[in-house]
Order: sequence, then structure tokens, then C-alpha cells
Amino acid sequence: MHIDVLLFASVRDAVGQRRLAVATPEGDTVEQLLQRLVSDYPKLAGHTGTLMAAVNQEYAPRATVLHDGDEVAFIPPVSGGSDAL
Amino acid sequence: MHYRVTDEALDPRELERFLDKPENGAVINFQGVVRRQSRGRIVDYLEYDAYAPMATKVMAQIGEEVKARWPITDFAVWHRTGRLEVGETSLLVLVTSPHRKEAFEACAWAVDRIKEIVPVWKREVWDDGSSWVEGDTLVSQREPAGAAGG
Repeated sequence: MHIDVLLFASVRDAVGQRRLAVATPEGDTVEQLLQRLVSDYPKLAGHTGTLMAAVNQEYAPRATVLHDGDEVAFIPPVSGGSDAL
Repeated sequence: MHYRVTDEALDPRELERFLDKPENGAVINFQGVVRRQSRGRIVDYLEYDAYAPMATKVMAQIGEEVKARWPITDFAVWHRTGRLEVGETSLLVLVTSPHRKEAFEACAWAVDRIKEIVPVWKREVWDDGSSWVEGDTLVSQREPAGAAGG
């Protein structure tokens, strides 16, 4: 199946791309997808502990089973707003 | 639009369109602004990145949470992305309610929640380097700033 992967901030820098089209076996979970990416992009290894995931624009646990065409985003700890807050 | 991610300058006066309810007695119009100094370093400018479609959904979710907790009449969140200079507004939060107490409380809570879960990131750029800020942590530090790939 085909998964549309979106990457942000330091994770995007580690991979060098903002968006990846990834082919994965049926039944893969978010965690399995992430491990697949880590083996393709070893620089990701240092980030996995703090990453959240979103499937189709909603936060989702790593155990979530993926489906063909899903959009999966790997989300580092966020830092919106301003420091003054 | 009550929930918005935009690379255009944020104008708090544009939020006045949401202020027409006669039961309103209090309006909180909060602005988060880029500060010169961060973690002891002088900031040249900030660059905000966002997962925009999800960010607006999460803002709307926070809106529902706020309305479930406080009797407010309206709520809006706008966040800017791209390059922001010191003194520019990165975040606008509008809360209206019949009385001030719930408006203040709701606004303070909402800003904390925004910083906790809305998928927006900033990169601090100094004169000798730059780094993404993730949570409270500096990561992927790069020097010099000119080498940053964005």
C-alpha cells in the first residue's frame, strides 16, 4: 500500500525532504512505518523517542494500523506561539 | 474564519468581525510577539513552520474544549508562519464573554493548550547560527545561519 508521509522541523531536516511517498506492506502500523524510515534515513534514529504521529491529520498512537492512501505526519514536540507566553 | 494559519501579517483589528454579540461584556485580544532575547541569545528573526490543515483542526478542537469549560461567547485563533522579525505578532487569540473572569481564564488556558498540541514549530535564527525549537529544547543546531536549508 502507499502512504503519504509528511515531515516537519528537525525531522524534515534529518530526512532532507518534507514529503515522502512510501510503499509499505498491508497491515503496517505507524511504528513499523517509522522503523522503515529509520532504516532508510539513519539520521532519524535520534528523533524517534520524542515524535508524535498523526494519521489523516489527527494524533494517533504508534500502534495504529495504516490503510492505503493514509497521510501520516511525524510531529516533533511543537513550539508555536511565542516564548513570552 | 475563526481558525487560521497564514504567512501574512496578523492584524488584530480583523478579529473585530467576531465582536458583534450584544451579550459581550469582555473582549480579550491576546497577541504573542517575537521577542529579541531567547534563552540568553539575541534573536535575529524567527521562522515558523506548520502542518497547516491539521493545525486549524486542532485549533478548532481547542475551541470546543474552551467552550465546554467556560461560558464564553466566541473564540478565535490565528497563527502566522514564515519569517517573523522581532516585534511582529506570531499568535492572535480572541476570547469574548459576558464577564471578564471567564474570558481571562479561558484565554490563558487556551494559549497553554495551543503551545502544547497545535502542530507549529519555530526556528530561532541568531547572527551565528540557528536551531529548531522543539518543546523547550533546541535541536538540529546549524552554523552559520546562511547554511540553513529552511
